[in-house]
Amino acid sequence: MTVSNTRPITPELIAAHGLKPEEYQRILELTGREPTFTELGIFSAMWNEHCSYKSSKKWLRTLPTTGERVIQGPGENAGVVDIGDGDCVVFKMESHNHPSYIEPYQGAATGVGGILRDVFTMGARPIAAMNALRFGEPDHPKTRHLVAGVVSGVGGYGNSFGVPTVGGEVNFDRSYNGNILVNAFAAGLAKTDAIFLSQAKGVGLPVVYLGAKTGRDGVGGATMASAEFDDKIDEKRPTVQVGDPFTEKCLLEASLELMASGAVIAIQDMGAAGLTCSAVEMGAKGDLGIELDLDTVPVREERMSAYEMMLSESQERMLMVLRPEKEAEAKAIFVKWGLDFAIVGKTTDDLRFRVLHQGEEVANLPIKELGDEAPEYDRPWAEPKTHKPLAMDDIPQADIADTLLKLLAGPDLSSRRWVWEQYDTLIQGNSLQRPGGDAGVVRVEGHATKALAFSSDVTPRYCEADPYRGGKQAVAECWRNLTATGAVPLAATDNLNFGNPEKPEIMGQLVKAIEGIGEACRKLDFPIVSGNVSLYNETNGQGILPTPTLGGVGLIDDWSKMARVGFAAEGEMILLIGAPSSWGTHLSQSIYMRNIHERVDGPPPSVDLDHEKAVGDHVRGLIRSGVATAVHDLSDGGLAVALAEMAMVSGIGATIGAPEESDPVPVFFGEDQGRYLVTIALDPQSAEWHALRKQQEKLGIACVQIGSTGGADLKLGEAHAISVTDLKAAHESWFPRFMET
Amino acid sequence: MKSAVVLLPGLNRDRDMIAALTKISGHAPVTVWQTDTEIPDVDLIAIPGGFSFGDYLRCGAIAARSPVMRAVAEKAARGVMVVGVCNGFQILVEAGLLPGALMRNASLKFVCREVKLQVVNANTAFTRGYRPNQVIRCPVAHHDGNYFADAETLARIEGEGQVVFRYAENTNPNGSINDIAGIVSAGGNVLGLMPHPENLIEAAHGGSDGRALFEGALELAA
Repeated sequence: MTVSNTRPITPELIAAHGLKPEEYQRILELTGREPTFTELGIFSAMWNEHCSYKSSKKWLRTLPTTGERVIQGPGENAGVVDIGDGDCVVFKMESHNHPSYIEPYQGAATGVGGILRDVFTMGARPIAAMNALRFGEPDHPKTRHLVAGVVSGVGGYGNSFGVPTVGGEVNFDRSYNGNILVNAFAAGLAKTDAIFLSQAKGVGLPVVYLGAKTGRDGVGGATMASAEFDDKIDEKRPTVQVGDPFTEKCLLEASLELMASGAVIAIQDMGAAGLTCSAVEMGAKGDLGIELDLDTVPVREERMSAYEMMLSESQERMLMVLRPEKEAEAKAIFVKWGLDFAIVGKTTDDLRFRVLHQGEEVANLPIKELGDEAPEYDRPWAEPKTHKPLAMDDIPQADIADTLLKLLAGPDLSSRRWVWEQYDTLIQGNSLQRPGGDAGVVRVEGHATKALAFSSDVTPRYCEADPYRGGKQAVAECWRNLTATGAVPLAATDNLNFGNPEKPEIMGQLVKAIEGIGEACRKLDFPIVSGNVSLYNETNGQGILPTPTLGGVGLIDDWSKMARVGFAAEGEMILLIGAPSSWGTHLSQSIYMRNIHERVDGPPPSVDLDHEKAVGDHVRGLIRSGVATAVHDLSDGGLAVALAEMAMVSGIGATIGAPEESDPVPVFFGEDQGRYLVTIALDPQSAEWHALRKQQEKLGIACVQIGSTGGADLKLGEAHAISVTDLKAAHESWFPRFMET
Repeated sequence: MKSAVVLLPGLNRDRDMIAALTKISGHAPVTVWQTDTEIPDVDLIAIPGGFSFGDYLRCGAIAARSPVMRAVAEKAARGVMVVGVCNGFQILVEAGLLPGALMRNASLKFVCREVKLQVVNANTAFTRGYRPNQVIRCPVAHHDGNYFADAETLARIEGEGQVVFRYAENTNPNGSINDIAGIVSAGGNVLGLMPHPENLIEAAHGGSDGRALFEGALELAA
């Protein structure tokens, strides 16, 4: 069966394409006639939220995107940051939320495939991946099925492609019951003088199709991802793409060989909205028209219509503008790797996007208006509600040691080993820190001492309570995690996951979170160089917690001095740096209040960016000078959980005091920001120790020796001692039991 | 001291293997492509890990039928040392150069973690750098490492000292029979193993227990 190009354009058909009546009016003005069915599909593909960022563009522009080291900011396939010696790191994070809920294995797999392609399309060999996963509450009937499918999908694609997964997040919350989040991050290494962009240059040059054949999978995927879900969600299954990591691996090798041959003028991967989006972007960016002849497109199914070919989201495909004299050489590379190579069109000088099929012109549209001049909205938004702080006499009590064990054995803070052991964390032989620490660390191949650190962070419950503070906190925590390894944070990518932007309160969350992210990034000199927005994460009108995930990259000059989380030895001083005088104070929105007392009232902790920067720079100095022997930042679960994590990694216990006349609950479970635990091997009588104290006083950095490492138990203040063995048993128990019983 | 690395589409630990051989021997190995029908004169041929041809049929089955594998078989018959790691092991089994089969992990999941290996036979060209029964650390990363052989084959390879590496200290990650992690051919010159010694050869890897395997093979050949 073929879909005719002359299908009548009815209001129902327009609505089914996710186009609003006023958007259709704009289409009529642009074309000066009724669009063909294929053209309607093309508009729908280009103007949906996913591809056009029409609701978020106005606010994304406020983010800091430049810096001394930034080579390429947002707008290309990925961001590019200089790491010196002629090398650069290329990275981005992108969501594949909607498909992963419908078909978890393929949704997650193609999410990984898409982000890897974004990175190697720019000429970089992928060296690290992370993924931030959010699932519904553990008791929800679909959760286990989704966790199992997504994790094996991420592993199935990444392991086969051959990139180490070095970090990520897994969280559970009721608000994701009907909308899970799969945010995939990838980073690659390239030479600064060999970066490839998507902007087409030159008229009359061949447009070449590379990679796998086009099928009917994923038709309308981007439009699907730009709408809310309802109970008929299973009907959308055919809009999910099917991944082929083997072809992608071949495409990687062929593309890098091709780029080295000097044949590539411009290159763009086919992601959302496939052939349509890639062709329009290349042309629009280069102020050129593009003409495509669909009869030359390699297909794997018979009788595909122009509409289907233009909207297919078949994976592992790319489009490029080729230097014509290099055609034979380029083709030979693709034949060697068993991939398709077909000239499917040419660049033109008329700024039109023309599509020919079986001798007929099925589309003829203005390319600029499709691409970079797509509609943009200033949607109404509402200021988020503020929360009254918790009263000091309203702190519910619990036994410190028992609570710690309970938190470690719960869904939020338990070990994620069950997940990351399904990912190849070692491939390429450069992984210096694998999942389970503050950040993943990968050494830079070809350089004796340099390494890159990666971390993915956001605390959605903070963002729900206060999107502005939550946005700031996500950036600060990411920056802190990188710092805790000794890395200088370079830049970040943001993956903004929110509900329906047509609701002013949701739009308000987006606006305020971006404001918080922007402020923190400016203050911490941590520009946003790439990103992705995923809206309409709602089912039956119920939105997710606002989840702006940050993926950060940092540079370590000498990895032999890098810090790790585990206690290094017995008998070392444990310092708490950057904390208030009573060590911890802020309990509202903490894991303690939520998981132990089921309370989610009050504001999240405040983030003092000047303090954050001063403390972080100081801790990094301690790592780089070799004074620090282990470092861990404090986050979910506060001081008690951070100490337990340091003990569990090493098997070494610790004895911790407690500040006098303080309530131990906020001391050990408060989630005040900007705090680090640092162990040092200095003698308290030594001149170095006194010099360090002097330096801290001068800088105004709070530092208190809270205890020392040693023994087989963790002892927190007056609480009963817990053996590290018991801590580990609690920590390792939850995930396997949840998934395998 | 000369070595070659076999390249097939879908293999992805080829760069790891090339780096390990280069760092240990001081010379970059030559590479041979799937369609090559001849392999230059070398002392050691390595088939790295990965997912050759996507492993869309039984793991290693398509690769075992590629032209380069006929050349590998000829070299092996002439006594050249061949080592297959992970997918390389699966390919050697599928090509009939090693006995048995590699099935899906008992957990049905991909597993990447560090395990302990006992050097059961330290008397091969590959394991002479280890002490007999020495227990070493080594990472694994695979989905189909569950070694199996029929009773008769098993009795033979156990009896003839062809079982070279066994998972030790209850770390068998895949349910393999007799905890088998690596075996050699009857002639002793073809080794297949699921773990990745090439990922544990230097300080950056957190240890160098895998180094002696390549040193042993390359030293003997020198």
